[in-house]
Parts: sequence; C-alpha cells; structure tokens
Amino acid sequence: MSLNMFIQHLFNAITLGSLYGLIAIGYTMVYGILRLINFAHGDIFMLGAYFVFFSVSLSKLPWGIAVALAVILSTFCGILVDRIAYRPLRNAPRISALISAIGVSFFIENLGLVVFTGLPRPVVQPAWLVKVIKVNGVRILPLAIVVPVVTFSLVLGLLWIVYKTKPGLAMRAISKDIETTRLMGVSVDKVIALTFALGSALAAASGIMWALRYPQINPFMGVIPGFKAFIAAVFGGIGSIQGAVLGGMILGIIEIMVVAFFPALSGYRDAFAFILLIIILLIRPTGLMGEKLEDKI
Amino acid sequence: MKLRRIGLALAMVLLLGGMAFAQDTIRIGVFLPLTGQNAFGGQLELDGVRMAHEEVPEVLGKKVELIVVDNKSDKVESANAVKRLIEKEKVVAIIGTYGSSLAMAGGEVAEKAGIPVMGTSCTNPLVTQGKKYYFRACFIDPYQGAAAATYAIRELGAKKAATLVDVSNDYSVGLAGFFKQSFLKLGGEIVAELKYNTGDQDFTAQLTEIISKKPDIMFIPSYFAEGAIIMKQAAELGAEFKIMGGDAMDNPEIVAIGGEAVEGFMHTTFPYDPSMTDMSPIAKQFTDNWKKGHPDKDPNVNAALGYDSYLLVIDAIKRAGAAEPEAITKAMAETKDFPGVTGNTTINETHDAEKEVGIVMIKDGKKTFVGTIKPEM
Repeated sequence: MSLNMFIQHLFNAITLGSLYGLIAIGYTMVYGILRLINFAHGDIFMLGAYFVFFSVSLSKLPWGIAVALAVILSTFCGILVDRIAYRPLRNAPRISALISAIGVSFFIENLGLVVFTGLPRPVVQPAWLVKVIKVNGVRILPLAIVVPVVTFSLVLGLLWIVYKTKPGLAMRAISKDIETTRLMGVSVDKVIALTFALGSALAAASGIMWALRYPQINPFMGVIPGFKAFIAAVFGGIGSIQGAVLGGMILGIIEIMVVAFFPALSGYRDAFAFILLIIILLIRPTGLMGEKLEDKI
Repeated sequence: MKLRRIGLALAMVLLLGGMAFAQDTIRIGVFLPLTGQNAFGGQLELDGVRMAHEEVPEVLGKKVELIVVDNKSDKVESANAVKRLIEKEKVVAIIGTYGSSLAMAGGEVAEKAGIPVMGTSCTNPLVTQGKKYYFRACFIDPYQGAAAATYAIRELGAKKAATLVDVSNDYSVGLAGFFKQSFLKLGGEIVAELKYNTGDQDFTAQLTEIISKKPDIMFIPSYFAEGAIIMKQAAELGAEFKIMGGDAMDNPEIVAIGGEAVEGFMHTTFPYDPSMTDMSPIAKQFTDNWKKGHPDKDPNVNAALGYDSYLLVIDAIKRAGAAEPEAITKAMAETKDFPGVTGNTTINETHDAEKEVGIVMIKDGKKTFVGTIKPEM
C-alpha cells in the first residue's frame, strides 16, 4: 500500500475512532456512577442525527443553530430517559435497570421507525466540509480534520467539568460510593441527570458528525455504532473517560486499518469489534485504563 | 364420515372463495416492505398496485379487497406477513414482493399453503425455481446479469471489471455471480471482487483496493441505499472508472442522495421509465394517470411492476372463472402476451416473465432511459 493511501486510511480511521470515542464516553460515565449499561445511548446518537436532519432540511435553519438545537433536544431526551426508565429503579436489582434500558432502546428505535419512517434519509453535507483537498497526492476531506478537532475539544471540555468543578466532583464521588455521597448532602438525582445530559450531548455531537461523514440516516443507525462504542468503553476500562476515548480510537483504527490491509476480510469488519471484546475480557477484564475492582468490606 | 368430509370440503371451498360474512369480495393480499431498508421500493410498488386497484376494482362481478401487510424488509417478518394473509385474512392470491430474500422467505409459506403469489420485482431465480405457486412479473437475474455484461462489453467497450457485492443479500450475490459468468464468457476479465454487508456505511477500504486494480467498470448490484454512498465515496477517492448497477438501483431519489457522484451511473432495469421517449400507449396512460394522482413524485419501474402485477392477478382470476387458489394458479401459469406498462408478459415454464432489459443512465442529474439491450446468453 502506498504511503498516500495509508495516510488517507489513517485520517478515515481517526475520524471513525473519534466518533466511537464520543459515544463511548456516555456509556462509561453512566456505568461509572450507576453501574448501568445504558443501552438506549446509541439511540440518543441516532436522535441527534435526526434532529439536525429535520432542522436543516425541514426548518431550513442555518447549520450552527441546527446543531445547537439538535444537541439541546438530544440532551433533553437523555435526561428524560433517565427520569422515566432508570430513576424509578434506583433501588431495584441491577438487572431490572438493565432490562429497562433494553426496553427503552427498542422503544426509541421503533418510535423513530414510526415517526421518521424506515426510509434512509439523505443528509445535505455543507459543501466546504466535503470538498476534497489534495495535499501531495493525499486526498483529504476537511471533515476528517474537523471531527478529531471537535472531539478533542469536547473531551477537554468534559474533563475540565469532571475534574475542576463541583458537579464534576460530585460525579466522581457518586462513582466511588453513592450512599456516602448522599449523606454528604449532594443531590444525587440532579448530579445523575447532569451525567446523562453530558453523555447525551456528546452522543448527539457524534451522531451529527456521523451523519455528515456517512450522509444517510435511518432509525436503526445507532445500534451497531452503539454496540461498538460500548465495546470500546469496556476495552478502555469502563468507568474511565480517558479509557473510553482511547478505546474508541483504537477500535476505529483497527476496524479501518485491518480492512485496508486485508480487503478480503471486509465482510468480517463488524466481527473485529466483538473479537476485541472477547480478548480483552479474557486477558484484562477491567480494560486498559480501568481500576482494579476492590472488594468492599 | 364421508358426508362430514364433503361438508368440510364444501365449507373450505366457500371460505376460500372469499364468501365470508355475507360480504361478496375477492380478497387479494399484498406483502411489501413499507418500513425498513427497502421501504422506498415497497412503497412505490404499493402505490402502483393501489392505482391499478382503483382502475379495476372488480372482477367476476365482485369487488376486490386489497389487504396490505408490511413485511418490514425483514425475512422473518416476510414469512409472518404471508402466514397472516393466508391464515387470518384468507386471501385467494398474493402480490409481492420487492426484495428477493423477502420473496423467498414468504414464498415458502405460500407454497405450503397452496396460495398463488405474483412477484413484483424479485429477480433472483430461486424465488420461483421448483415452486408451483410463485410467479413473477419481472425477468430473472441470469438474464439481467447477462444484459449488464453485454452492455458493458459491447456498448461501453469495457475489458476489465470489478464487482462489489453485498454478501448478506441474495439478490446482490446472485446478480453479481451472473454478471461475472457472462462477462467472462464474453471475453472480459474480472480484476477484483469485494464484499460488504447490508447497512455498512464505510466502503473506503474496498474501493481503494478496487481503484488500485484499475478496472474499466465497477458493477455494484446493490440496493440504492448503499449504492449512493458507495458512489459518493468512490468519487471522494478519485475513482475514474464507470459504475454500473442492477434494477434495485432504480430510484428517483438517487440523484438527491448521491449528488454529483452519480452522474454517468448506469443500471439495468425493466423496460419502463418515465423518461422513455417512445412509450407504449399503456405506459403513457400509466405515466399520465400517475402524475395526476402523485404530483410530487415520479413513477418508476417498481410502481409500474406493482401496477402490472395487480392486473396480471385480476386477469388470472378472470380466466380461472372463480376466486379459487388452485384455478388461479393454473390460469397464472397460462398467462400469454398480457399487455402491461412494462411490456407484454408471458409466463414461461419456470414461472418467470420474459421481458427486455432496459438501460437507464443518470445524465445531467436526471434519470434518462437510454434503450433496451438483448443479452447474449
């Protein structure tokens, strides 16, 4: 493979990895504080894409406003999911919340199917984002630069919130011990809602950028990326934000690069993610950057 | 004992005759993908069926009742849809479906129950092969693949071809295979054969490999959803070869989705397209009536096939003289030169229609019917 092709594939891989990473953060944060796998997260990703599609195509809003609107609406949906499906089950066995999550996921997908119809919708890509730039024989889409930059900024912003603000401190405290945090006078439900809000906003951002990169959206578009992002979160160490981003990047790069080097394996592309999951669970279950589980006395 | 048997048989015949609840209607089932991956094609076919139903609402002096079930572009749902039409809705004939995989799944159920089905646009040969009760108003893929190969070699002068196939789709795998067979027989060379799965959105790895093998033409027997994205990404990667597809790419939205990337794209299709310059009177009437009823969207082959399928079923019922599945089946098998929008239909021994293959090209952002081609088999 020529160097040019390799660089092109690398850009593609980093873009995909960034998108997976953004979704994975939502999974990891919710798991960190609630020990719950939010299966509906992939569907918030889908809603973000659809909201921006409707804002731009139907309401003809300018892109900046459309994106902001889509993110706000998706955040709202994320908080709503927590409020309706998970909060009532705070004190129930974990399996109940898990089943509820699966149920919400099906519900959102099929609601989307009914409301948006199953027809794949074409997303209008702003011309400047998809005008191919040729640098020394390498063809790059501006989008392939925008996505990693936006992702990086969002992750920095999130880390600032989590490590440098009071609500972030509360989130970290809840992930260590929820009861004690409650005793400290923290409004646990509000902080949990904030966690969902942050995760959903990032998922929506990922959904919007995904729709720009692969300009066809359908109500089930969040299923496979959601699974893969979850695997990325586990791979990177569930509960760790940096791990989620790292896991997402590695997964995206593996997926694109392996198929780039061995095109005959392109039919198995989705399988790589699952094989990775099996390997990491066998070798290092807590993930690359995960904390070792300690038994509480 | 024998009296009971006769009585039961009589009751079954009456029931199957559709004379339930003192309503004198003939129940025809329709199973199509109205949601999911193939919704667009399914919806267009349904519109065609409904238009024909409006024009011919009665047969044998009785009203025809259309019962529509969505098979959700899913094989399991397809079998369920046919089961429901037969067992719950008690139809005497079925029309459907778009999507060969779906047709095969539903066909199994209809075959066991002995209810005739008229396929609209399912082109994989396995749909009717060995079946007594499945027919279709369209041609089959060995024919279509050969037509595509013939056009590529004779008209486009292509010598090297690459194929990009959806391995999770029977239609795609079948059509690619038939194209390859014919292309090789006509002296061409297949330089690359790559795969993807339905729902994939990133084809850059496969396309990069294909570009490196420098084919004259790339054949993509995909559904338009992936097809448009494939062409977009091919353009992004700087592909210079021509791209050709099959009838599943026939979709008025293809320019909206693909934009500039689909300029010059060609695909085989059935011999109907609203852009045809010398249409038969039936086709012209269909096109005009469609525009009146659907001013916001263009008709296409799927709509035309839906329309023709309905009329073929009605014609079979008329010739059978009774709304009775066995008689309808026999009459369908004997269909000869029935005039339709997509040409004259004669059902041959393998229950397929033999029609010409049309070629459509996207020229100046519009679907343009280029002509018909006779495949060198």
